[in-house]
Amino acid sequence: MFTKTHVALKALISAALLATLSSFATSVPTPAASTPAPQASQATANSALPTATLPLRKKSNSTADHSKFKELKQSFKVLSEVTIACLSCHTEAASQVQHTKHWTWESADPKTGQIRGKKNIINNYCTSPISNEKDCMACHAGVGWADSSFDFKSAKNVDCLVCHDSTGTYRKLPGDSGHPIYERKEFPPGSGKFVEAVDLNKVAQSVAMPSRTNCGSCHFFGAGANGAKHGDLDTSLQHPGKYLDVHMNEKGLNFSCADCHSTSSHEVSGSRYNVAAAVTGKAHIRGKLDDSPAACQSCHSNKPHPPSMDKLNEHTDKIACQTCHIPEYARNDIGTEMSWDWSQATVMGPNGKPTARKDSAGRRAFDSKKGAWVWESYVIPEYRWYNGVSTYKVIGDKIDPTKVVQINVVGGSPNAPDSRIWPTKVHRGKQPYDMVNNVLTVQHTAGEDDTALWQNYDWGKAITTGMKAAGLPFSGKYGFVSTEMTWPITHMVAPKGDALTCAQCHSTHGRLKDIKGVYMPSRDSNPWIDWLGWLAVAATAAGVMLHAFLRMWAHKRNLKEQKNG
Amino acid sequence: MDKAIDTPPQDVGTRIYLYKRYERFWHWSQAVLVIIMMLSGFEVHGSYHLLGFESAVNLHTQSAWLLLSLWAFTIFWQFTTGEWRQYLPTLKRVDAMVRYYAWGIFRDAPNPFHKTLQHKHNPLQRLAYLALLAMISPLVWGSGLLYLFRSNWARVSLDSWLQLEWVAWAHTAGAFMMLVFFIVHIYLATIGHKPTAHIKAMITGWEDAD
Repeated sequence: MFTKTHVALKALISAALLATLSSFATSVPTPAASTPAPQASQATANSALPTATLPLRKKSNSTADHSKFKELKQSFKVLSEVTIACLSCHTEAASQVQHTKHWTWESADPKTGQIRGKKNIINNYCTSPISNEKDCMACHAGVGWADSSFDFKSAKNVDCLVCHDSTGTYRKLPGDSGHPIYERKEFPPGSGKFVEAVDLNKVAQSVAMPSRTNCGSCHFFGAGANGAKHGDLDTSLQHPGKYLDVHMNEKGLNFSCADCHSTSSHEVSGSRYNVAAAVTGKAHIRGKLDDSPAACQSCHSNKPHPPSMDKLNEHTDKIACQTCHIPEYARNDIGTEMSWDWSQATVMGPNGKPTARKDSAGRRAFDSKKGAWVWESYVIPEYRWYNGVSTYKVIGDKIDPTKVVQINVVGGSPNAPDSRIWPTKVHRGKQPYDMVNNVLTVQHTAGEDDTALWQNYDWGKAITTGMKAAGLPFSGKYGFVSTEMTWPITHMVAPKGDALTCAQCHSTHGRLKDIKGVYMPSRDSNPWIDWLGWLAVAATAAGVMLHAFLRMWAHKRNLKEQKNG
Repeated sequence: MDKAIDTPPQDVGTRIYLYKRYERFWHWSQAVLVIIMMLSGFEVHGSYHLLGFESAVNLHTQSAWLLLSLWAFTIFWQFTTGEWRQYLPTLKRVDAMVRYYAWGIFRDAPNPFHKTLQHKHNPLQRLAYLALLAMISPLVWGSGLLYLFRSNWARVSLDSWLQLEWVAWAHTAGAFMMLVFFIVHIYLATIGHKPTAHIKAMITGWEDAD
């Protein structure tokens, strides 16, 4: 009896989790179960890897049962109390976390030293968190970041649970500056839907190593909707089949995020801000200090194909693994956003009131608060030479409004030893900018005050507040400029049978038709050589045909002459 | 039908064993491989779609290795039999051959060249084979092998200055020359006393003495 209730409860909780996740994602369709690959062999993509069926990962292999710790057997009211309890044993954890991007939202360009990161750039989705911290910091690995006065040094502001919750009940809502839900409340306000308070004790007593759910609670929902931002990260990766992700396949290798993004001292490897774009050499061995454990090559080496396919191994000095092995991203019905047009924000419905619309697949298409979106599924990437480092527009950088503003420019050049051809998602948009100072603006979108865009639908006020918070001058004149942001694609690796075939690139209209700097047979040729060559062939053919005709004609004439003569 | 009218009838009964067994095997297997390589090569180049890019590449590469192996045996054969001397060029009586092809052949003039075991190739043929061996072959094989081993360029410091594009251009140019040679070769094979005479000889080894 108990077990039955227990199972039912569990099912209920997971259903509730799914529902809440979707509601956070402003109602996206329930993630479609990804199509499982045909039940062929469980063989892995690489013959060098063991092909035996691997046992499914056990729930926990920890030597500690946190529910037995007296430090955690207290009635926690707020998160900082939990954090203090954690730190009483894990003495270095907070300072470790505080050195990571998950905490600082900053990252330095390894080549130029430019300080980037979510805090300093203006991205192509929600733009900037500045002046909107109460909402945005629902995805900060801390609590209390409400404005620029946030104390980045305080250990008790670290949020251990957002990454280590194993119950699936821990939840942080926009508007709470990164605090979990302490009391049952209506969300979104006025919706009539209520969310339960997080049981901090229960969550604290069942902490575990981060699962896909932990990482996904933020990374699947970037830009505020399931799948919206990345295109290769969404809730379909909770329970993926082989077709969607050959490594995360729940019935196969069943990788967690951290199996590739191996982590040391809370520093998670493999960041979009500094991608290991051109790893060479052999597969890495255990114990070896590793600069790029998240790269494909760290397990597969840069010559992963068997000797019979050596030509493919020879491609690895020009082409990233991802280019062939992620033939499409967003390979599901969830899809991903391809554009966000902020210039449509503040456009009201027919009755003069804010309105919202969904597309035929139930994904957000328009909202008076945020503008218009275009979604796509099964998207063919755009390809770029890439060396792993992008140069970003940071807040206050000048722009040229006569051109499409590149939010980031992926570094790399043809044939540079550090560059490979990578698949990317190019996200296009329109953003407000200061027409006098020629900078992208920071706008105060979220909030309850009079100047917040989502309260009063007044761009002028929202930008004035946002720019003030960012410490930038604002001329008062704003317009909208076209923007592009480029995202290297690296997740949703397909099984080998779904990889690109040669002719998908080796043809005049193939995937890489716009890639410069590399000669590709079947795509490229020298028109002069071709023209002269075929001319010579035609002339030769015509010459021998003429000669043959003359021979026949002469022969007949000679016969006739012989008769007559 | 094509007995020469203004020359005395030939002794058609006289035949010479011109092409030895290995020579004929070499010729025809090379012919098949060259045709396969041209067909697959121009597909890889993007001139048309026949087998599909991947199959064309594999076929082209495998044929190349087969042809290279065949050549290894053939070079050995040429030197042990002394047949390599057949390819020594000469300018003697080239003008007579040119005149024959451009004029005499239409007047049923006799072929100024007579095949013998010592001289299987006429002077023009020798020049043509010299061009094939000294120009087209090195161009095609040199560029082809560089192409095939592109990923090893760095080991021998070729990558610092050599561009794949140039190699591909050279290979394509060589391929066109080869195709031109092939067309002329096929045509000239029909130019014996009967259109099929030379071809028959290359199959049976026996050539009618003329």
